[in-house]
Amino acid sequence: MDQTLSLVMFSGTDDKLNAAAVLTAGAAAIGRPVHLFLQYWALDAFRADRIADDHGLAPEAGAEGLHATTALRAAGQAPWHETMRQAKELGGVEIQACTLSMDLLHITEADLDPLVDGVEGVTAFWLAAGDGQVVFI
Amino acid sequence: MTVTTAVAKTVDARGLSCPLPIVKTALAMRELASGDLVEVLATDPGSTKDFAAWSKTTGHTLVESSVDGKVFRYLLRKK
Repeated sequence: MDQTLSLVMFSGTDDKLNAAAVLTAGAAAIGRPVHLFLQYWALDAFRADRIADDHGLAPEAGAEGLHATTALRAAGQAPWHETMRQAKELGGVEIQACTLSMDLLHITEADLDPLVDGVEGVTAFWLAAGDGQVVFI
Repeated sequence: MTVTTAVAKTVDARGLSCPLPIVKTALAMRELASGDLVEVLATDPGSTKDFAAWSKTTGHTLVESSVDGKVFRYLLRKK
């Protein structure tokens, strides 16, 4: 079985970015290679000047979700980009930005946080995914 | 019985949420030699199952898994 976990990051709200970071760190901790492909609003969240911003929550979070996540942050929970940075430190984590989304959002490589390793097209993404599992967030 | 001898490193992961206790421990393991003991302190309730599964997968030995109030303590021997 292909051990590579391919994660398509689409959503740009903090809850979903955090879910993706947690899945990535967990996979990296057991030695599974992780390949992240950044599209749309997730890509926007990886802009160097916006990565630490408050990106809000998905609509389904509601007031209760906001309360719960605010409490977690107050208790010192690491922000999603910090979890992602630690996952990269473990090794085997590669982050690529989708070229189409880069064009759509008028983003250049220089705008992206150093967590991002490079840019690629969707064909390169699927070829790298091989027979491994693909998750879309 | 609590094993206290020859702990090479303690990872204080108290207050950290899943999966950071595992991530911190995995990073700490790199600085150690085979056979070294690592003590991990955590407050994440999911860490008990995580450390049991993680040690099986990575080959490190989970020597001890205990809880004192809200603090979980794991003792691992590096593969």
